[in-house]
Amino acid sequence: MSDEALAALLLSFRVALLATAVASVSGVACARLLARAQFPGKEMLEAVLLLPLVLPPTVVGFGLLLLLGRKGPLAWVFPGQVLFTWWAAVIASAVVAFPLMYQNAKAAFESVDINQERAARTLGAGEVRVFFTVSLPLAWPGIMAGLVLAFARALGEFGATLMVAGNIPGQTQTAPMAIYFAVEAGDYRTAVPLVAIVLLFSFAVIFWLNWWSSNKVVPYALRRRG
Amino acid sequence: MLEVDFQKKLPDFTLTARFAVREGEILVLSGPSGSGKTTILECLAGLQKPDRGYINLRGKMLFDKAEKINLPPHRRGIGFIFQTYALFEHMTVKDNILYGAARANGRKKREQLLLEVMDLLGISHLQNRYPTQLSGGEKQRVALARALVSEPVLLLLDEPLSALDRNLRERLRGELKQLHKQWGIPFVLVTHCRCEEQLASKVLRPLRFQARVIWTEAEAPQGHESG
Repeated sequence: MSDEALAALLLSFRVALLATAVASVSGVACARLLARAQFPGKEMLEAVLLLPLVLPPTVVGFGLLLLLGRKGPLAWVFPGQVLFTWWAAVIASAVVAFPLMYQNAKAAFESVDINQERAARTLGAGEVRVFFTVSLPLAWPGIMAGLVLAFARALGEFGATLMVAGNIPGQTQTAPMAIYFAVEAGDYRTAVPLVAIVLLFSFAVIFWLNWWSSNKVVPYALRRRG
Repeated sequence: MLEVDFQKKLPDFTLTARFAVREGEILVLSGPSGSGKTTILECLAGLQKPDRGYINLRGKMLFDKAEKINLPPHRRGIGFIFQTYALFEHMTVKDNILYGAARANGRKKREQLLLEVMDLLGISHLQNRYPTQLSGGEKQRVALARALVSEPVLLLLDEPLSALDRNLRERLRGELKQLHKQWGIPFVLVTHCRCEEQLASKVLRPLRFQARVIWTEAEAPQGHESG
């Protein structure tokens, strides 16, 4: 495998992991805040949060170009130029992965028995302790599902990433891009190993997550049914 | 001593609660469903907020509209037994009970408290089970144990016996009474079933006037209220 293909592979994993981390923390936080809140404009806010899920990736990419560009309203958040660096790829992947995390986490929090949370409060637990010891463990299966989907989406991200990070080999070129451009050039000797590795890695991650969650979560979920 | 005088607007009526519970008493609020019983308990525990009035427990204001005081539930020191028990389903019986003991300092003291209370309620043999592996009566005892190790100064019980079958109800009623005597804190219990009134040192029934429901002991002598 060429150095460039290897670099693309490593970058992909790094981008997907970071993007999943960002999307999961923000997704779980938003989901928790909105799951039981009622305020005017809530539906509107939720629609905006879910928008990246339904928009074509190129539209998300274009939006990010406008927001993060030199004169964009979000340019101040990041020091220096963020577009066409691999950080832009992280941002693009996180944005498209966020709705999957948010949606799953919200459904999971809403399904938690509210009286168990209230019982924790009457037993002397403050909001932080209630969240980490009751809400989060009870919502865990749904959050896990969101995590898996968000990671898959981040790893496969192509359109928006291409627009905001470009396809600079060794710098911003991720595995999906390397595969696309290799196939387009008829270079199957580069494409096939990349495909095989991505396939194996994705399989291993999903398999591990499932195994882990079934050992952590299913024992009590099964007892619940039985 | 618990002193309560508050109002809360509910969708169908305005709820008024005005009563006092002395140390060592069991107050039973007895009325049909939809008469605001659970709302009263939840206001006492801080899970809901009254619109007006105050709640004073042992000389400390838990809620006072005028003074803008509203202590969160975790700082009220009030135990709550939910109708569905609300045991943490991802924790064993032991962990459920220890959850309430977090305020007790030191691992040793917590373990000590755990053993004591499990012994008191006769649930030591259940400590490694999960809530779904328990019967209704066992869940009830675990919920009581969990509430008691948090060392509350008042215990609220929402229909504690109505979900159980008759034989069990008899037995648990006796146990509740016993527990109340040993623990020496006041209980407030709500029920729609006369079967639970036998526990009471005092029974309140709601008075209805059109869009108002009033729970009070002051204006109506016992036995003359409408149900």
